[in-house]
Amino acid sequence: MEPKRELLEALCANARTDTADLARQTGLSESEVEAAIADLEGEGTIRGYQAIVDWEEVDEDHARAAVELNVTLDRETGYAEVSERLAKFPEVSSLHLVSGNYDFLMIVEASSVRRISRFVSEKVAPVPEVTQTVTHFVMETYKEGGIEMNGDDDDDRLSVSP
Amino acid sequence: MVLVKTSERVGRVPPSGIRKFFELAEEREDVISLGVGEPDFSAPWAARDAAIASLERGQTSYTANRGMRELREAIADHCADRYDLDYDPGEEVLVTTGVSEGVDVALRALVDPGDRVAMVDPSYVSYRPGVLLADGEPLPVRTREEEHFRLTYDALQRAGASEADLLILCYPNNPTGAVMREEHLEPVAEFCREHDLRVLSDEIYADLTYEGEHTSIATLDGMRERTIVFNGFSKAYAMTGLRLGYALGPAEGISAMNRIHQYSMLSAPTTAQHAALEALESCEEDVEEMVRAFNRRRRFVLSRFSEMGLDCFEAKGAFYVFPEVPGNDGTFAEGLLEEQGVAVVPGSVFGGAGEGHLRISYASGLPQLKEAMNRMEAFLA
Ligand SMILES: Cc1ncc(COP(=O)(O)O)c(C=O)c1O
Repeated sequence: MEPKRELLEALCANARTDTADLARQTGLSESEVEAAIADLEGEGTIRGYQAIVDWEEVDEDHARAAVELNVTLDRETGYAEVSERLAKFPEVSSLHLVSGNYDFLMIVEASSVRRISRFVSEKVAPVPEVTQTVTHFVMETYKEGGIEMNGDDDDDRLSVSP
Repeated sequence: MVLVKTSERVGRVPPSGIRKFFELAEEREDVISLGVGEPDFSAPWAARDAAIASLERGQTSYTANRGMRELREAIADHCADRYDLDYDPGEEVLVTTGVSEGVDVALRALVDPGDRVAMVDPSYVSYRPGVLLADGEPLPVRTREEEHFRLTYDALQRAGASEADLLILCYPNNPTGAVMREEHLEPVAEFCREHDLRVLSDEIYADLTYEGEHTSIATLDGMRERTIVFNGFSKAYAMTGLRLGYALGPAEGISAMNRIHQYSMLSAPTTAQHAALEALESCEEDVEEMVRAFNRRRRFVLSRFSEMGLDCFEAKGAFYVFPEVPGNDGTFAEGLLEEQGVAVVPGSVFGGAGEGHLRISYASGLPQLKEAMNRMEAFLA
């Protein structure tokens, strides 16, 4: 595997791995790791690093919804223009153009269900191109970013085996 | 009064040298174990799901002695694709309850009393007892760190293997992590052809070969007819507990093995066979991902050893490295466990040529490996 690709995989497994450990894992020198990460960031391959949070464990309200959007386009306005407008809202945590019965799948996060409802009705629905919204509130999250929320990581192997 | 009189044969087999470390490690709470000979991953979900589905369908009967036809075909296809090993699923493939059973029935089917069985030293702990239980005479062939623990023509010669009837090979090797590429295997094959040795080649770690491809000795000239190849699902597919492996070999050999297998095992576990079939059909990417993760850990551990000044040749297979340690390996391992709570297996457990080394398994998560390496460094300081 190409070193940059290898670095990406190591970072996807744990973005907090420090440079020295990344170097050990990939066989690159620390300065090569620094340079490769700078490249990956510079060229926009790596767009950021985030924690995967189980909000159930945080003593604070948190709500999330998947919103289906249908839009109508015209000669001046394409998906790119609409998406740009929607993506600007901080409440929108991800936005995808999808195949199937609707155009966009939008994930919205806020401190309460009410805030999300207000956001969708007051900010999203009025966007001229948006013709329809269907909001699905998330009731439970089982897996996020490849990590199972209730996964137990107990090691039940024998401690020493041949 | 002695209620059970045990056989002289079982008396020949010494208790496992690993047991002691297992017990010491189990006594403590804070132990990080680098002594584990199996992956820390679970079997790919698709394979587990197929096993569950087979249970839901009520597929809980025996299968054909040699294993489900479909599975044998999938194994034959996979081995042809991946390793250039061409075997007929009807006559030349036997599905076994792990490689463990495969090696056992092969020894019983191929060894006559007093036959000498050469084996790589150090290697996996089951071969020697297996040979003893088959009334054969084990002949260890020492390999050396300077030669990256590869078996060589000279080593075979020196050990007197020209008088042997059989050779047990294990590459990628447990415990050293050594691999043998085609150019290293060829002289060994030559030795076997010259002295008419049959070969049992345990290739269970074949998929866990880093930087290059695995070569099976059975693909070399004149070797197919004298070799039984063993492989299985335990390591590459993280399916140790499902107990499934297979043997490939010429029809007469496989048929002799099946003669024993049909009475002692009947058939390999049915549920595991369903999992294995799915594993071959759809889990290639899972395996590749695990192999890449192992490779990162391998590099990590090797580079930590070099930082702490521990001599360690660059192992390119399985999930073990085999550093050299000061003094007696058993004493070192006990001290490391006692003082730092890191469990490892002393190299001498795997044969005399393993003395002065430790088998370090990197089948653990990076956070555990990192902590274990820090503790080892503290122990050495
Ligand atoms: C070299 C070698 N062969 C065979 C086995 C046993 O494999 P199985 O689980 O297929 O019986 C092991 C397990 O540690 C091994 O290391």
